[in-house]
Amino acid sequence: MSSSTHDKTPAYYVPESSRLPIAMAFTLFLLAWGGAGWLQQVAGIQENTSGVWIFSLGMILFAATLTIWFTKTSREHMAGLNSEQLQDSYRQCMKWFIVSEAMFFAAFFGGLFYVRFFELQWMAGEGAKAATGMLYEGFEYTWPLLVNPNPEAVPGPQEAMHWTIPLINTTLLITSSVTLTFAHHALRKEHRSGLKNWLLATIVLAVIFLGFQAYEYYEAYAHLGLTLDSGIYGSTFFILTGFHGIHVIMGTIILIALYFRVLKGHFTGPDHFGFEAGAWYWHFVDVIWVLLFFVVYIF
Amino acid sequence: MTAIPHDDHAHHGPAKGLWRWVVTTNHKDIGAMYLWLSFAMFLLGGAFAMVIRAELFQPGFSLVAPEFFNQMTTMHGLIMVFGAVMPAFVGLANYMIPLMIGAPDMALPRLNNLSFWILPFAFLILVSTLFMEGGGPNFGWTFYAPLSTTYGPPSTVFFILSMHIMGASSIMGAINIIVTIWNMRAPGMTWMKMPLFVWTWLITAFLLIMVMPVLAGLITMMLLDITAQTSFFNAAGGGSPLLFQHLFWFFGHPEVYIMILPAFGIISAIIPAFARKPLFGYASMVYATAAIAILSFFVWAHHMFTVGMPFAAQLFFMISTMIIAVPTGVKVFNWVATMIGGSMTFEVPMLFAIAFVVLFTIGGFSGLMLAIAPVDYQYHDTYFVVAHFHYVLVPGAVFSIMAGVYYWLPKWTGNMFHEGLAKVHFWMSFVGVNVAFFPQHFVGLAGMPRRIPDYPLQFANFNMISSMGAFLFGLSQLLFMFIVIKCVMGGKKAEAKPWEGAEGLEWDLPSPLPYHTFETPPEIK
Repeated sequence: MSSSTHDKTPAYYVPESSRLPIAMAFTLFLLAWGGAGWLQQVAGIQENTSGVWIFSLGMILFAATLTIWFTKTSREHMAGLNSEQLQDSYRQCMKWFIVSEAMFFAAFFGGLFYVRFFELQWMAGEGAKAATGMLYEGFEYTWPLLVNPNPEAVPGPQEAMHWTIPLINTTLLITSSVTLTFAHHALRKEHRSGLKNWLLATIVLAVIFLGFQAYEYYEAYAHLGLTLDSGIYGSTFFILTGFHGIHVIMGTIILIALYFRVLKGHFTGPDHFGFEAGAWYWHFVDVIWVLLFFVVYIF
Repeated sequence: MTAIPHDDHAHHGPAKGLWRWVVTTNHKDIGAMYLWLSFAMFLLGGAFAMVIRAELFQPGFSLVAPEFFNQMTTMHGLIMVFGAVMPAFVGLANYMIPLMIGAPDMALPRLNNLSFWILPFAFLILVSTLFMEGGGPNFGWTFYAPLSTTYGPPSTVFFILSMHIMGASSIMGAINIIVTIWNMRAPGMTWMKMPLFVWTWLITAFLLIMVMPVLAGLITMMLLDITAQTSFFNAAGGGSPLLFQHLFWFFGHPEVYIMILPAFGIISAIIPAFARKPLFGYASMVYATAAIAILSFFVWAHHMFTVGMPFAAQLFFMISTMIIAVPTGVKVFNWVATMIGGSMTFEVPMLFAIAFVVLFTIGGFSGLMLAIAPVDYQYHDTYFVVAHFHYVLVPGAVFSIMAGVYYWLPKWTGNMFHEGLAKVHFWMSFVGVNVAFFPQHFVGLAGMPRRIPDYPLQFANFNMISSMGAFLFGLSQLLFMFIVIKCVMGGKKAEAKPWEGAEGLEWDLPSPLPYHTFETPPEIK
């Protein structure tokens, strides 16, 4: 925001007191409390906790609160309360949010890197001074790791995941980024039918991606023995693809919400922050996938 | 600058009653709530510390069960780091940054309230684990795997999820602060005119956005190891407990600077005010802060010299750690140079600030000793480490928070605090903190390990002295509470600028502050 424009813009919109934050904080409490109880039950630490019900209630209230919150901000926007400066705040906020998401994935990528290039090699005897090599006699480093250091305690997978379905998925996601960019260009030119169609195409591609991903998980569990508890290869595989998948689901929901806003006539050529933020998020998810495709499936 | 016509919504006052605090979007309300929550957590974490010091008062003295002692050391650390120090700085940021940069409020006020209200719920979950079957977290605040995963109590899952929502709160708070500073500065408030507290918080918020998600990823891996039998930290399945430590300290070391950079900002406001001289080397302070933040990403493994790292890695992390002493030294030099030749007076904020400079420097020097890898083999996990980080966190971070509270309390409440009582508070805290933590250097160097409920006889005297200092320090914080409440209730009326040498936009506003400030951006000279 350049300083000279302050004179012309309306005052920065400071919303009146709002019940949404406390509602959201409470739903997060329900999600955390219920989720913990539920996970204890899943893990067999505690029996019959009411966690799953609290978690489900939290999930419903969370979705409701989020919907009301975003509806409210988009109404405020349509009512013209958002100055250019506030729009800037939203844009910067979204960018930093994506930075934080990138760092979340960086933890998993970093873990994979450390395991492959340091730790497993040391366990296999690399590094003359490391005592780690004596932990599991005869352990050999391969990647994907099919024979774990202690195969009796943690049996490894029978087969590694092949790269054909992921290659199709890579094509799908890259294409979806392109169609979304076409939609964005159509929006900028006020070309409403182009916007609608390209956005719809993006959503279709996203759903097909998720279908393939679900099929891949089914294959992994049913035929490859590649499971969460099959050692570090399965652990890193599922945490990276799993959290990416959750982000694709969230991104798809965002795209669908954008589609309905477009149908209602929201967004104009010069003024469409909501669309822009959704597009940024989608491209981010796409970039993560391309990185993931190479380090999880190819190398 | 022409006056801007306001909509009606800009003139609403606070809602009535307690509900006001629940639904507020006002940065001053939210800042105040952060500060009160932080103080409540400070007393709770302090009570845990009192249990620890009572148990260690004498060798063989079994006040609490060793299992419970472990829960106390863990919860003391977690509560103080995530509940006391961090929320206090966020509270000060909320309260002061919009005033310092001439903004009407934080950039996203509702998000701001959400960031706050997550915290009471998160700490409710965290503290409730103490009452669960098997007790609360008992693996130290660093929750190393597999102690926390394979061998942790059943409540670990609750601990992890409370940390998740706490982290979400931190990230949202940090994004809000960064966007506020970036986008809400009054015209003319250029980057190099910003007060140092704003600068240090800009950099701190950046650190938070970079490392809190890594913590989230880490505890997610823990959660999967516990509930889904993944092998991230299990060597039998090809994972590694060291992976945990690398990820934890990649978060943990920047986290340490998250707890001290805002302190640098507060001290850089207070020392010039009472030395009646502009801050020496403003630009170098800014660059030093940025340098510390960037370096903090490359030093994490100095917490793990003894785990069996390649020699080259030890050398790298040793040198990168010692380089941090350079920008930190620049800061200490600048504070001292600001005081030299100033017409100094010693009001309570200044007393805390001077104590900060001296005692933080002691903590910094013991940090340099710990940075030397070969000697760290002796110091590692001893009371020397405990003494070191308590010197940087208590007379460092906590003293700076107290200095800040005394400095801005007249502005917030419109009343002066009781100067005499506050001086008593300062001297009790100053003596207490040194008596509590200085002897811990000696027992640590002599080999007393940290996180144990009992110790051999040769450590008895120093431990007793240390406990007495801790009790004195703990007691003096009740006096602090009394002083603050007394000041909120009433007292001598404070002027708009109660400190003669204070600089900054916040002092142009009346005391107490009106509910809304800078609805029209002020003019910056």
